[in-house]
Amino acid sequence: MREIKFEVAENKKIARDIYRMTLIGDTSDITAPGQFVNIKLPYQYLRRPVSVCDYADGELTLIYKTVGAGTKFMSELSKGSNLLALTGLGNGYDIADAKNPVIIGGGVGVPPLYGLAKKLLEHNIKPSVILGFNSIEDCFYGNEFKALGFDVKIATMDGSYGTKGLVTDFIESCEYAYVCGPVPMLKAVYEKVQDGQFSFEARMACGFGVCMGCSIRTKNGFKRICADGPVLKYSEILWENS
Amino acid sequence: MVDITTELSGLKLDNPVIPASGTFGYGQEFSKIYDINILGSIAVKGTTKNARFGNEQPRIAECTSGMINSVGLQNPGIERVISEELPELQKIFHKPVIANISGFSVEEYVYCAEKINNVPNVGIIEINVSCPNVHGGGMAFGSDPQRVAEVTRAVKEVTRKPVYIKLTPNVTDIAEIAVSAENAGADGISLINTMLGMRIDIKTRRPVIANKMGGFSGPAIFPVALRMVYQVHKAVKIPVIGMGGISCAEDVIEMMMAGASAVQIGAANLVDPFICPKIIHDLPEVCERIGIHKLSGIIGTID
Repeated sequence: MREIKFEVAENKKIARDIYRMTLIGDTSDITAPGQFVNIKLPYQYLRRPVSVCDYADGELTLIYKTVGAGTKFMSELSKGSNLLALTGLGNGYDIADAKNPVIIGGGVGVPPLYGLAKKLLEHNIKPSVILGFNSIEDCFYGNEFKALGFDVKIATMDGSYGTKGLVTDFIESCEYAYVCGPVPMLKAVYEKVQDGQFSFEARMACGFGVCMGCSIRTKNGFKRICADGPVLKYSEILWENS
Repeated sequence: MVDITTELSGLKLDNPVIPASGTFGYGQEFSKIYDINILGSIAVKGTTKNARFGNEQPRIAECTSGMINSVGLQNPGIERVISEELPELQKIFHKPVIANISGFSVEEYVYCAEKINNVPNVGIIEINVSCPNVHGGGMAFGSDPQRVAEVTRAVKEVTRKPVYIKLTPNVTDIAEIAVSAENAGADGISLINTMLGMRIDIKTRRPVIANKMGGFSGPAIFPVALRMVYQVHKAVKIPVIGMGGISCAEDVIEMMMAGASAVQIGAANLVDPFICPKIIHDLPEVCERIGIHKLSGIIGTID
C-alpha cells in the first residue's frame, strides 16, 4: 500500500449519478481486479473507498456513484486536478478458480467486474455477463462488455431496458459466478449458484485492516471487508451480518 | 540538536509519539509500510478475557473533522493476544509496548492484567475504563470515581508493571476521576477516550451506526482533550498520556505544554497511515522553530 498522487484525465457522467474518472499515476500496487483505492478529499475526514474498474500501467479507471458530499465533490473535479489515493487495497478476485464462470453485476457493483472480465479474457476465459439495473437511466457499461466480445444480458427492474426483472432471472444452472452488487442481489445470486466469489461493500474508516470498522462474520471466523475482502469465497460467506 | 525523548514511569521513550489502542492493530499492517521501530511505543488493540466480535455493521460514521466508531472491542481474547499477537509484535517492534485491557467486571480486568504481567515486551498496562461502545463495561466503570478506584486497586495487586488508567471524557469532573485513580495507586493516566456521539441518516431516518451511538474522535475533539489533559495534569502528580484528535507535530507540543508526558495518535492513523512518521520527522524542526531544545522540558508548563 502506498499513497499515490493522481491527475484527473477525464471525469464524465455515464449514467444517472454515475461517473467515470480516468486517472494518470502509478498503479503498480494494484495487483488484481476487484481491489479498491481509498481517496482523500478536502473537507471530508474519512477517505472514500472506490473499487477499481480498470487499470493499466500508469492509468486507473474508477466508476463511482454520487451519494453524498464526498462523491459529489469528486464529480466536480476537472481535468488536470490532483487526487491522493491509497492504492492496492483489498484482495480482489482470484481468477485461478475460474471454471466456466458467469459474471453477475448490479448497479454500481458492475465496475470491478469489467476489470475482471478483461483479466479473464487474457487467460482465454470468456464468461457470459449478466448485468442488472433499476432503470434505463441507470444502465452503463453493457456496450463496453460487448465490445470485448462478451455475451451480455441486461435486466432492469422496470423493464425500460433489456429484460424486465432481476439478474437471477437469467440464471438457470451456474457452476461458478463472479459477483458484485448490493447485498440483497448478492444473497439472491448466492442461492442460485453452486460456487463463486462475491464482492462486498462496507462503511470503512482505514481501508487497510487496522480499525475493525468493517468486520463481518464468516464461516472461517471474523473477516475485515477491507483487508481480507472485499471479495469473499462462496464457501465462507454467512448472511447473518445483513 | 533537539532532544525529543521523554519518559513514562521509568520507561524511556525515543520520542513521545505512540499510536493509540484500536487504531494500529498489533502493528503488522503498519510494519509493511514503514519502520515501526521509529515510534516511541505502541498501544496495542484493547483486549478482553474472551474473544469478541464486537458490534453489528455499520460501525463507522463520517463527521465534520472527525469520525464515529462503534467497533465494540473486537479482539481475539487475552489467551491469543498473549500466545500469538504480542510475540509476533515483539519480532518486529523491539521496544516495550502498552497493553490495553478492557473488561465487564473487576474480575475480568484482574484476570487479563495478571496474564499480561508475565509478557516481557509489555512495558505499561493501560486499563480501559472508558469504552463507550459496550454495555455494562468500559465507560460504566470510568464515569464513577469509586469504581475506577476499585479497578485500579485490584489490578495493581496482581501486576508489577506500571498501570495507567484510560479515562472517558463523558463525565462532569474528569479531575475527580483522575485523582481517584491516583489515590488507588495508578502509575499514570491516559486521556481522553472517544466522546459519545451520534449521526442520523436523514434519508432513511435511522442512526448511521447500528449501535445508534458511538465514540467520536478526530481533530474536532482536540480542544476538549487538551482542556482535560490540562485539568488532570494540574490535579495529579503521576504522568499523563494525552490523546484526542492529535494530527501534527504542533498538536503534540500543545498537548505536552498542557501536561502530557507522551501522546497517543488515534484516528489520524486511519486517514493517513503515514501520520506517525510524519509527526516524528517534523517534531525536531517545529521545536527548533519555536526555541524548544528539550521537548520534555515543556511538559505542563502552562499555568
